[in-house]
Amino acid sequence: MLQAKIDITLRKTVADPQGLTIKHALESLGYQNLADVRMGKLVTIKLDTGDKQAAEADIKEMCQKLLANPIIEDYSFTISEE
Amino acid sequence: MKFGVVVFPGSNCDMDCFHVVKNVLRQPVKYIWHKETTLDGVDCVIIPGGFSYGDYLRCGAIARFSPLMNAVVDFAKAGGLVIGICNGFQILLESGLLPGAMLRNTNLHFICKYVYVKTENSKTAFTNLCKKNQVLKIPIAHNEGNYFIDQEGLRMLERNRQIVFRYCNQTGLVDKKFNPNGALANIAGITNRGGNVLGMMPHPERSSEGQLGSADGFLLFHSIKKWLENK
Repeated sequence: MLQAKIDITLRKTVADPQGLTIKHALESLGYQNLADVRMGKLVTIKLDTGDKQAAEADIKEMCQKLLANPIIEDYSFTISEE
Repeated sequence: MKFGVVVFPGSNCDMDCFHVVKNVLRQPVKYIWHKETTLDGVDCVIIPGGFSYGDYLRCGAIARFSPLMNAVVDFAKAGGLVIGICNGFQILLESGLLPGAMLRNTNLHFICKYVYVKTENSKTAFTNLCKKNQVLKIPIAHNEGNYFIDQEGLRMLERNRQIVFRYCNQTGLVDKKFNPNGALANIAGITNRGGNVLGMMPHPERSSEGQLGSADGFLLFHSIKKWLENK
């Protein structure tokens, strides 16, 4: 069994109103040294296989087809043994 | 003229669209469940607003893989008229029939109110009965209407006159002040390059009868009918 953890974030060139609002909230709590806050999504997928190479290819395809929208989002992932 | 209203799990403006076409425009119309695989001879497809698949992952991201969307894409590529309203617009963006993507409204609120939009292109299948630069009063109701496209994409939209509606004030002034959701260049509605696919965030089906506060939205339905009659 393998587990993939996929991080999806808005691209750097895209304004992130949620991240900005969180930054303001943190600043109001007294944290004044924040350069930037970005909000993203985490998707975890368990794969019923031991073939890491094939899993990587599959996850990449899933990201491109459905999980991320390349116009506004970047993705990165790690795959580890469960 | 036969209209088809696509219904996804979570669509909630399908009945409003159906009502306007049937009882106000007085044209034949049918619902098409998203599991169907053919459009069965319709002249115009309406993808209504709502929360298809609960807006999970991204608005419209899952609906675009419904079986019927293959038929909608083929129909659009053959020049068929498709109008996507609100969530329908988001689905058209996710399916690649229209360029760009939607982000959350800059104020992070679900915004439900009447807005004014300026008709920037009154020569389309959807706006041919609008006067040049006509200001329409049509309501919006969305959480993700903050349209985004890269600078090159924006230039293409402008060059090809694909921007049909921009948020403005009552007199037609387009300014950031009158932009409810942060949409790039105040964009409220665009067509594809061929002009046969329109996506818009405002709801013309909610403003097609005077007693609802505005009948400006009916100009779109009426324009479609006229366009199809003259085809």
